[in-house]
Amino acid sequence: MNVALLKPAPEHAPNDLFADARSRLPGTGPVADVRAASFADFAARGLPHRRIEEWKYTDLRALLGQVAPLAAVPDEAALARAKAALAKLDVTGTTRFVLVDGVFAAELSDAPDAGVTLRRLCAVLGDEANAVRADLLRTNATNDVMVAFNAALATDGVVLGVADGARPEKPLHIVHVATQSAVSIATRSFLQLGKNAQATLVESFVTAEGAHDYQTHDAVVIWLGDDAALEHVRLVEDAHDAANISTAIVTLGAKARFNSFSITTGAHVSRYQAFIRFNGEDTHASINGINLLKDRQHGDATLVLDHAVPNCDSREEFRAVVDDSARSVFQGRINVHPDAQKTDAKMMTRALLLSDEAEADNKPELEIFADDVTCGHGATTGALDDSLLFYLRARGLPEKEAQAMLIQAFVGEAIETIADDSLREAAETAAERWLKARS
Amino acid sequence: MSALLEVNNLKVRVEDREILHGLTLTVNKGQVHAIMGPNGSGKSTLSHVIAGKPGYEVTDGEILFEGDDLLAMEPDERAAKGVFLAFQYPVEIPGVATMNFLRTALNAQRKARGEAEMSTPDFLKKVREVCTRLNIPQDMLKRGVNVGFSGGEKKRNEVLQMALFEPSLCILDEMDSGLDIDALRIAADGVNALRTPDRGFVVITHYQRLLNYIVPDVVHVMSHGRVVKSGGKELALELEESGYAQFEDKAA
Ligand SMILES: Nc1ncnc2c1ncn2[C@@H]1O[C@H](COP(=O)(O)OP(=O)(O)O)[C@@H](O)[C@H]1O
Ligand SMILES: [Mg+2]
Repeated sequence: MNVALLKPAPEHAPNDLFADARSRLPGTGPVADVRAASFADFAARGLPHRRIEEWKYTDLRALLGQVAPLAAVPDEAALARAKAALAKLDVTGTTRFVLVDGVFAAELSDAPDAGVTLRRLCAVLGDEANAVRADLLRTNATNDVMVAFNAALATDGVVLGVADGARPEKPLHIVHVATQSAVSIATRSFLQLGKNAQATLVESFVTAEGAHDYQTHDAVVIWLGDDAALEHVRLVEDAHDAANISTAIVTLGAKARFNSFSITTGAHVSRYQAFIRFNGEDTHASINGINLLKDRQHGDATLVLDHAVPNCDSREEFRAVVDDSARSVFQGRINVHPDAQKTDAKMMTRALLLSDEAEADNKPELEIFADDVTCGHGATTGALDDSLLFYLRARGLPEKEAQAMLIQAFVGEAIETIADDSLREAAETAAERWLKARS
Repeated sequence: MSALLEVNNLKVRVEDREILHGLTLTVNKGQVHAIMGPNGSGKSTLSHVIAGKPGYEVTDGEILFEGDDLLAMEPDERAAKGVFLAFQYPVEIPGVATMNFLRTALNAQRKARGEAEMSTPDFLKKVREVCTRLNIPQDMLKRGVNVGFSGGEKKRNEVLQMALFEPSLCILDEMDSGLDIDALRIAADGVNALRTPDRGFVVITHYQRLLNYIVPDVVHVMSHGRVVKSGGKELALELEESGYAQFEDKAA
């Protein structure tokens, strides 16, 4: 086989990419119009770079060069490799919705519990009787160019609904499996929780053996009804040379609870951007996560919170463990709108640097237009504490073991915020795997 | 009697300032040595250098442990060989459960000595036994290492580790500070229980009080980085009455 033929031609222009993909993208009429407009927006702006304020630390032009052509529809062999990857997942006991190379794989997925509805994105977009279908590709929450790119090219995804008052026992689990190399995979999924509904959403990003250098472009759009509660856990374990550019757009009703945790150990370049809007009063959101990065990994967590109504609380804590010449980025923006009195918003970031070349960038931004609020942010960046290391070594732990124990403690304190025992264990396992690979 | 610890003409600098100016001390197996002296005389510095804390520059002299060059060993090697320092200021380690820490440390020492790991039931049994003897509530072990502990609890956690690891050289740096009289008596009993003909102790203290409970064989007075006087246990009583002023003058 000629390896060179498998690589995208370096001069492969973005316009060709859309032209090539267009015929297979689901949706006609208004859907196709939104796609074309979104792509035109992307083509005009291009990949974000360091002079775009929101992307200043994550210059995708420098890090990715260009977007790869869209992945082919997975064949039988690809599905078999995806199945093998699924067998190795740490997270079990969930209702799995599996997306292979951006296409829903019914034969690898589970039937939803009572109270949960499941539709494929491509089916909804193709349903010409649905007058508002094109709205799924529109979003007012952000003008971000990578969200526009995702709208243009999303091939599939799941559209999940949890009925009012329903409490599905098993976590809803969207599993992204990449089997192809040097391709883009674009997906968009939805979850709507009805009034007083309670659920857990897990998102896993994994790789089938042999898949390399792919780009995941995902978006998930979440609505919580009044009194609804969602536990949200994402685990990014993509191949070490892959990219993962993901966006979450979350809208919270009144008296809702949203507890989110994101752990990234994989991907050469990753960006998780979450846009979270408080639309109803007395709602609490806690958004936490940790990046474990080594070699030349680049991991970015960017959170934008909009406190649009009074009396809501938000807590954000993102941690990073950065080794070798890896780089971690945290950007946290809190917008408190003029009416949002009694907002209580706190954001914290802690970075542990394990080498002299490791880097952690932190950009907190508070934009406050109400006067009776409590808002704060804090940041710490540093190496392992020498006095703690010495204490452990004086008790007999060799240097590497003493370091590992302190790193594990740092990671463990973050992971503790995951409420579900088995999901917390899965996150611990991912972290342990990263630590083992280090020593 | 064979020497357990020999410190010969030890000179130590910290950040370009000499703290220990040629200190000499020999502790034989079976002995308890007390080191007394005013604040800042270099007692903790000596204990840190013996344990292998980084940041100290030894410019002259040597430290032998059972005849081996201690300064050539990593801190964890020293621990595995039986050197134990009960710290004056034990650190808090958030996120590391005390129980996990104790087991990992004990097994790391055993592994370094070529011994088999201690099984979980054996370990738990031993911890329970030591906790009962030292009147330490087991709940303390569920918390992070020293996290939220009072000064006294931290000191008791040090004695607990000493009882668990059964080292051959125990250095106790101001173990009495932060302990009330009952806690002091229990901790001293823990130390005394370890007194065997094979072990040696260096008890660093500011006050004579502790030495009522842990009766020393030899008392040294340290001042300005040197041992300025050595004697029997009656020297401690003498110091209690006349204070350290006489030695301050001599060394100045
Ligand atoms: N890390 C350090 N940096 C600078 N000076 C130090 C350091 N540690 C100790 N010293 C100095 O060394 C001297 C002895 O301190 P220390 O050994 O703690 O005395 P002691 O335990 O007898 O009170 C003091 O003057 C103290 O200020
Ligand atoms: Mg001291």
